[in-house]
Amino acid sequence: MRPLQSALCSALVCIALLLAACGGEDPEAGLSVLHRPLSTDPESLDPQRARTTQAADVLRDVGEGLVRYDAKGALVPGTAESWEVSEDGLVYTFTIRPQARWSDGQPVTASHFADGLRRLVDPATAAFYAQAVLDIENARAVSGGELPVAELGVEAVDAGTLVIRLERPVPYLLSLLTHPSVFPARLDIPKDEDQAGDAWTVFNGAYTIDRWQPGSMVRLLRNPEYWDDADTAIDVVYHHLVTEEQSELNRYRSGELHFTNNVPPESFDAARKEYGDQLRVSEYLGVYYYGFNLTRPPFADNLALRQALSMAIDRDVLAETIMGRGEIPAYSWVPSGTNNYEPPRLSYAELSSEERNAIAKRLFAEAGYGPDNTLAIELRYNTSATQRRVALAVQAMWRDVLGVEATLIAEEFQVLLDSIRDRRDTQVFRSSWIGDYNDANTFLELMLTDNPANLPGYSNAEFDALMARAAEQQDLDRRRLYLEEAERIMLADHPTLPLYFYVSERLVSPEVRGWEDNVLDYHYSQHLGLSAAE
Amino acid sequence: MALYTLRRLLGAVPTLFLVVLLAFLLVHAAPGGPFDAEKMPSEEIRRNLEAFYHLDEPLVCQFFRYLGNLLQGDFGPSYRYRDYTVNELLAGALPVSLLLGSLSMLLAAIAGIGAGTLAALKQNTLTDRVVMGLSMTGISIPIFVIAPLLVLFLAVKLNWFPAGWSGSSGVSRMVLPVVSLALPQIAYIARLTRASMIDVLASGFIQTARAQGLGSWSIVRYHALKPAMLPVLSYLGPAVAGILTGSVVVEAIFGIPGLGKLFVIGASNRDYTLVLGLVILYATMIVLFNLIVDLLYGVVDPRVRYR
Repeated sequence: MRPLQSALCSALVCIALLLAACGGEDPEAGLSVLHRPLSTDPESLDPQRARTTQAADVLRDVGEGLVRYDAKGALVPGTAESWEVSEDGLVYTFTIRPQARWSDGQPVTASHFADGLRRLVDPATAAFYAQAVLDIENARAVSGGELPVAELGVEAVDAGTLVIRLERPVPYLLSLLTHPSVFPARLDIPKDEDQAGDAWTVFNGAYTIDRWQPGSMVRLLRNPEYWDDADTAIDVVYHHLVTEEQSELNRYRSGELHFTNNVPPESFDAARKEYGDQLRVSEYLGVYYYGFNLTRPPFADNLALRQALSMAIDRDVLAETIMGRGEIPAYSWVPSGTNNYEPPRLSYAELSSEERNAIAKRLFAEAGYGPDNTLAIELRYNTSATQRRVALAVQAMWRDVLGVEATLIAEEFQVLLDSIRDRRDTQVFRSSWIGDYNDANTFLELMLTDNPANLPGYSNAEFDALMARAAEQQDLDRRRLYLEEAERIMLADHPTLPLYFYVSERLVSPEVRGWEDNVLDYHYSQHLGLSAAE
Repeated sequence: MALYTLRRLLGAVPTLFLVVLLAFLLVHAAPGGPFDAEKMPSEEIRRNLEAFYHLDEPLVCQFFRYLGNLLQGDFGPSYRYRDYTVNELLAGALPVSLLLGSLSMLLAAIAGIGAGTLAALKQNTLTDRVVMGLSMTGISIPIFVIAPLLVLFLAVKLNWFPAGWSGSSGVSRMVLPVVSLALPQIAYIARLTRASMIDVLASGFIQTARAQGLGSWSIVRYHALKPAMLPVLSYLGPAVAGILTGSVVVEAIFGIPGLGKLFVIGASNRDYTLVLGLVILYATMIVLFNLIVDLLYGVVDPRVRYR
């Protein structure tokens, strides 16, 4: 017993010492510290290689592009103080601010931006967002390995001037240039091989990365070299990884987080009562939809059937009762609130539900189905409580109005994507699309014939032609007309069933100043402040 | 005993090889790849990505490439955390899981053995029923109910402990996770201890000790505890390996950067190398702890001999 006892005692002593060593004084006394949540771990904090919206959330705090968004979501100059666009819309000339600096004191020059763009398109980087800039001159050839990277249509004419040449006009180019993938790069700084994490060590944004602990948090410190540092109120930012919505709510309640990214659906009503106007619900650029597999029966070449199924769904009930958090019923593909765009609506948007159901039944019969020939289909969705709720509602609506027997199949997210892409077994599937930038194009281009993200397999030559014409337009109003007409055609074809538009629901502590709701739901830490002293 | 240890360690090598092979095949058989997402990359980009990670090679080549790197101690790059290698991720998560796991195992062992012994000594009395009943809460109430309840009362309402891991440093953030992890283990250990202790207390040499006038406490401490520990030890071996590799639920609830979280992330993102690295780590730990437990049998029970 003696050796065992003494072993146990020593173990206890060791642990006690370890625990004692873990405590410490607070190095952040007197500083303004923001605690914000992150719902998924960033897979990379390398601007050209990152891909998820969560990585972009962190990167937007530590880097800056030529352009950026202000708190309200409007485009404003970033590291570029001004720019000019040529007559034909193919040449953009940016003037870099002379006072822009990296965190190590070096000035930010046009060549850094050129390096960033080249690195993005370079096949050796294997960057996902390279496809966002494929309209830059030679970008396709470079990313396919046919041309060397130096041939990319970007040029640093001098330290303060950057020229970007395009192969065709891109009216939303400025929005693209806010994205972290086109942040400037410092190729002169070798990545420290010993340091865990391959992230950059100098930054041109309002903050620098002090520490990244995967699975836990990212800690940011104020960057005093940032050209607009005078306007930055917060000194230290923590992006805490919180994957569970309920945990996020608990941490908000206990004061450990200054705001949340979500509100769990089951706690929404309670939160509304308990928190009043700390609860913020705002329009968000995203559409929740069901897609049809257009390559196989029963939906291939059967417009009447698709439209019948669409009309049998009561979107108002779905958004207001089934979801009930302020979601907006979707009668178009592009969300309202998109910049410079008025989405056309489905032809039956204004009808009452009785009228819609009557027409739906008629179309259903036209398609060859009825009480003697019932339709049995499969509806696939990714495993989640919300998805299931919507699927059950739609299944009930289809059964009540049309007598359709829909089998619900829940699949894990990656498995679902695989099934959809296979196009063999899938019939109806759930999906969603969040806009990458505030322009209708990010939603409409999904439906182009050769787009890999065109999940239903929609192909309409007229739609493609209209989109091509829209892409050529310099005049924004004319462009808008082409886009709206294209959407009208696409909606009438019913390749998808748009169900509702997302809203962002967040709890924001009254301590937080400078919070503005915006349709992209970007909240840069540099726009925020805390009213409590510490 | 040294020879025995050596033989066991050598015998573990073919086991581990089989584990790697099976895990490799299963992971690649799962539908979906690491680069699938709703925002699909175009063909050229996809090819670039796959070439970069050697995913375009035949499976056999990929396996031997992986094995080769493994023998040099390199688990490969993570497909999801593109700035990190699997070695770096494991090295970052392992200390946290180890610390929390050992603390909760220690708590569970002390509390479980204590409760089980008490129940055995006072067998079939009220004390027995109350103590065992309380211990059973650990098994009957699932962790994903207990942990949030603890958070709600102790963190949110009373503010005694933080609700999250990353918001603070120090001891207080460990309390709730350690307690949540320990509770189910306390139940199992208490039951095992009680049953085994009752058996031992009924045996001949204990009767003799009682007849000689030894009190209950001394009997337990000097005579009954060691033999009663044998079943508990058998249980503890794999249980420690399991706890040390992290609990997925507790880590998700508290936001702890441990191995459990990496398991989930690796699986849902089809991060082949990360999943393989974790499986190998887990398998190694199980082999190791089974060996330790077998060696401890010899310490606890002098009748055990090694061939």
